[in-house]
Amino acid sequence: MVASITNLGRSGLYDWVIQRLTAVILAVYTLFLLGFVIAHPDLQYSDWQQLFACTAMKVASLLAIISMCAHGWVGMWTIATDYIKPTGIRFLFLLVTAAFVFVYLVWGIDILWGA
Amino acid sequence: MNSNRPKNLDLTTIELPLPAKASILHRISGFALFFAVAFMLTALNASLESAESFAALKATFDNGLVKLITWLILSALGYHLVAGIKHLVLDAGIGESKEGGRVGAIITLIGGAIVIALAGVWVW
Repeated sequence: MVASITNLGRSGLYDWVIQRLTAVILAVYTLFLLGFVIAHPDLQYSDWQQLFACTAMKVASLLAIISMCAHGWVGMWTIATDYIKPTGIRFLFLLVTAAFVFVYLVWGIDILWGA
Repeated sequence: MNSNRPKNLDLTTIELPLPAKASILHRISGFALFFAVAFMLTALNASLESAESFAALKATFDNGLVKLITWLILSALGYHLVAGIKHLVLDAGIGESKEGGRVGAIITLIGGAIVIALAGVWVW
């Protein structure tokens, strides 16, 4: 087995499971939001604000953001290791990816709990 | 197998089979979505900050460029979701044969096209 220090779960099997688990979470969250928007054709601020004021929705949204970060990392890692052969450039690409993930996570928490 | 036989791995001269097309689109849409999250969080932030910022965000959707970006993001999301579901179906052991792979790719591409068209109707 090739040793790797940059993949999320330290092994391909963990990554495989993480990718699918987070995919299901993201799919359910996306379809729920789609359903909510379809159910409110003329969406008003009050409806939207009330939805996100609900603790269950905040927790679900945070779960979705964490899932997106993990899912994105595994996906970008796969792309990087498939196409970027020079180690330095691949490392830089993954560093930028990690920076995005970190910003998304902090920004997401701030949006959900900041106001 | 004779390892010295000639190889052609020049992607510009290879006609990708349908499953390969469906697969690379899944990858490209995922790559694009990773950066599109920045737009999504910007919109989520504006939608929740205040009634004024919510109204301002709603007003920006009158802009043609904003509509186009929204449609592109929804298209990438829709296709990635459909292709992802196909992946989970494959994981369940359904459609693993060569012919199954072709049928799965056709269903994914048609399903993706339908979702992209619906997103377009919704945006415009």
